Amino acid sequence: MGLLDRQFNNSNVIITSMENLLNWARLSSLWQMQFGLACCAIEMMAAAASHYDFDRFGVIPRATPRQSDVMIVAGTVTLKMASRIKRLYDQMSEPRYVVSMGSCSNCGGPYWEHGYHVLKGVDRVIPVDVYVPGCPPRPEALMEGIIKLQEKIRRESLVKKSA
Amino acid sequence: MTFDEITKKLRDAFGDAVIEAQSEGVPEAFLKVAPAKIHEIAALLHDDPDLRFDYLMCLSGVDNGKETLGVVYHLYSMVHRHRLALKTDLPAADPKLATVSDLWPTANWHEREAWDMFGIVFENHPDLRRILLPEDYPGHPLRKDFKVPGFYNGMKVPY
Repeated sequence: MGLLDRQFNNSNVIITSMENLLNWARLSSLWQMQFGLACCAIEMMAAAASHYDFDRFGVIPRATPRQSDVMIVAGTVTLKMASRIKRLYDQMSEPRYVVSMGSCSNCGGPYWEHGYHVLKGVDRVIPVDVYVPGCPPRPEALMEGIIKLQEKIRRESLVKKSA
Repeated sequence: MTFDEITKKLRDAFGDAVIEAQSEGVPEAFLKVAPAKIHEIAALLHDDPDLRFDYLMCLSGVDNGKETLGVVYHLYSMVHRHRLALKTDLPAADPKLATVSDLWPTANWHEREAWDMFGIVFENHPDLRRILLPEDYPGHPLRKDFKVPGFYNGMKVPY
């Protein structure tokens, strides 16, 4: 708010559309469901730590699905985990978003052919908004994914949900 | 003790139950024993003061592909600094074997893994459940005749 403070000395009125205000609020505080599934989680943790600092985008890990807005599926989704992911997703309140991080979560990754225990893409159980490729993706790539998600939310409309 | 001394000791104690001793032309010398005697042989290896195999390094399941399954025990003695690989073959149609988890508690989870992946039944095991796969998973996936299920709980499994 530093910029605004210097421009308006006294209290003032800002006019915007409801849509803009809601979208701005949503994309600026994407609280993330705190869980990781495999090696992608290491990169996700690096992205959240001080060097890449996801906090500046408003991405804060939350330990419960009830307080989360975005689920970053970071790693291999096994069949055993898939039903848990579905349940966690169902427990998140709307609007909710999903970022699929890494090849495993996108399409099964190296387990695509012989992975008897791996779900070949998390989009088989929950809808995905943004896919981040890589094995694992670097923090910059995950950051790009979050920015893409923010762009998507910015275009959302109250009458028509797009993300 | 050397491999030959260990072999001789086991042959003296169990006779024909020691089916094969192979030390040349293989990466690691091994003994093949009859599955029915596995617990007695393991108990001797564990308890005999000259042998004292106090450490079960690994217990693995194997599918030989010739209608037999196998179990391989890699043993080590911290006291005498000697090691041994012990093998046994089981019929794939009815793979049953006595547990060694009473001798080496390590075997508990290893045997659960062998059950999970190969369907080898370890008799008298205290808690023989699947260890990695979900409880309702169909079949034992590391067997050579295993076919990946088309669907699991409504989720498509093949790519």
